Amino acid sequence: MANDPMQQFKIEKIFDLPTIAGHDISFTNSSLWMALTALGVMIFFALTAKGKLIPGRMQSLGEISHEFIANMLKDTTGPEAIKFFPYIFSIFFFILFANLLGMNPYAFTSTSHLAVSVALALFTIGLVVVAGIVKNGLRWFKIFAPAGLPLPVYFLIVPIEIISFLSRPVTLSVRLFANMTAGHVMLKIFAIFIAYLMSSGGWKIFAAIVPIVGTTAIVALEFLVAGLQAFVFAILTCVYLNDVYHVDH
Amino acid sequence: MAAEKPHADASHVATEAASGGMPQFEMSTWVGQFFWLIVTFGVMYFILSKFILPKIGQGLTDRGDRIADDLDEASRMQQQATQAQADYERALADAKAKAHNIAETTRKSVDEEISAEADASEDAFARKQADADARIHKIKTAALGKIDDVAADTVGEIIAKIAGVKSTTASVKAAITSVKG
Repeated sequence: MANDPMQQFKIEKIFDLPTIAGHDISFTNSSLWMALTALGVMIFFALTAKGKLIPGRMQSLGEISHEFIANMLKDTTGPEAIKFFPYIFSIFFFILFANLLGMNPYAFTSTSHLAVSVALALFTIGLVVVAGIVKNGLRWFKIFAPAGLPLPVYFLIVPIEIISFLSRPVTLSVRLFANMTAGHVMLKIFAIFIAYLMSSGGWKIFAAIVPIVGTTAIVALEFLVAGLQAFVFAILTCVYLNDVYHVDH
Repeated sequence: MAAEKPHADASHVATEAASGGMPQFEMSTWVGQFFWLIVTFGVMYFILSKFILPKIGQGLTDRGDRIADDLDEASRMQQQATQAQADYERALADAKAKAHNIAETTRKSVDEEISAEADASEDAFARKQADADARIHKIKTAALGKIDDVAADTVGEIIAKIAGVKSTTASVKAAITSVKG
């Protein structure tokens, strides 16, 4: 069974909890790693929040993170969107920490599950829809009909705009899930190949150097992907939040 | 990535096979994942947005304010310094002008004094020269007046020596006068 590269994504119960409305909400390895992710983010930033006038190293890290996210939001969406700052900050660091924790051997990567990435994407799209309607009322639906076009064009444009809007949560979630899953599968396949070559004996033991180098390179790549996917998710959330403020394109 | 866990049981393998072998598509796990994501992410979001991020943000704002204050203070002080320098330069210019004035007035008054004294001494000198001239003229005139007598005397003496004729000064004078016409 060690040869199954999908084994690492398996969700296993750690302890049972009573079901809610017939749904199983038992504490699983996925729950554990999500809890560790959330805990990690909270502890890390609690340590950086010292509020000293002259920052130490930890405080500088916290302040750099704060300014990084704040600038991203201000540059992409606009200064008026600053009230969404805690959300962007949370989403970025939750995904980043989940991805990075998943890089540890024996760890479970919660973001490699479609359920988690779909839920995160729905948070973002839900936020855009709710905040858009709260701020603009029904005028918000004008984002599907850009102003100043001849009437016949609307029959074409409106469906395209609706489809493109609805595809956002799909692309957002599939991008994150697929990137994390593919990376971990690739690592696993290389690792299995190494184990196979090493156990075969003879000259193949020396041939194992090739997948070892390959795995090392992919580990580096996966760290890049871990950061990049968190960044992409956060910046796309910022881009989508534009629809809250710029109803008339 | 390197997790090596045995399959829990055969039924799981069967479900996996039915859903294409990817645990991601085992729909029975989705609600549990949603639930735990909402709990963990929700708690994290609440703690971050209520306690941690405001504190980090406050630190940044405080520092920004402090830097702005310090810059204001610095520019105020610089303004003061510029003002002080301007004051100093004006005072210096005033003092220079005053000194120049004093020098000028002093020079003028000294010049006046000198020229007055020079004029006075010139006048005195001119007067003395005029006196001297007058005296010389008088003496000359007197001398010239007496020269006739001397000449007459001399002529009388010469006549006495040459012709043996006794003559008085007056007669010689008269004779000379008549000769001169």
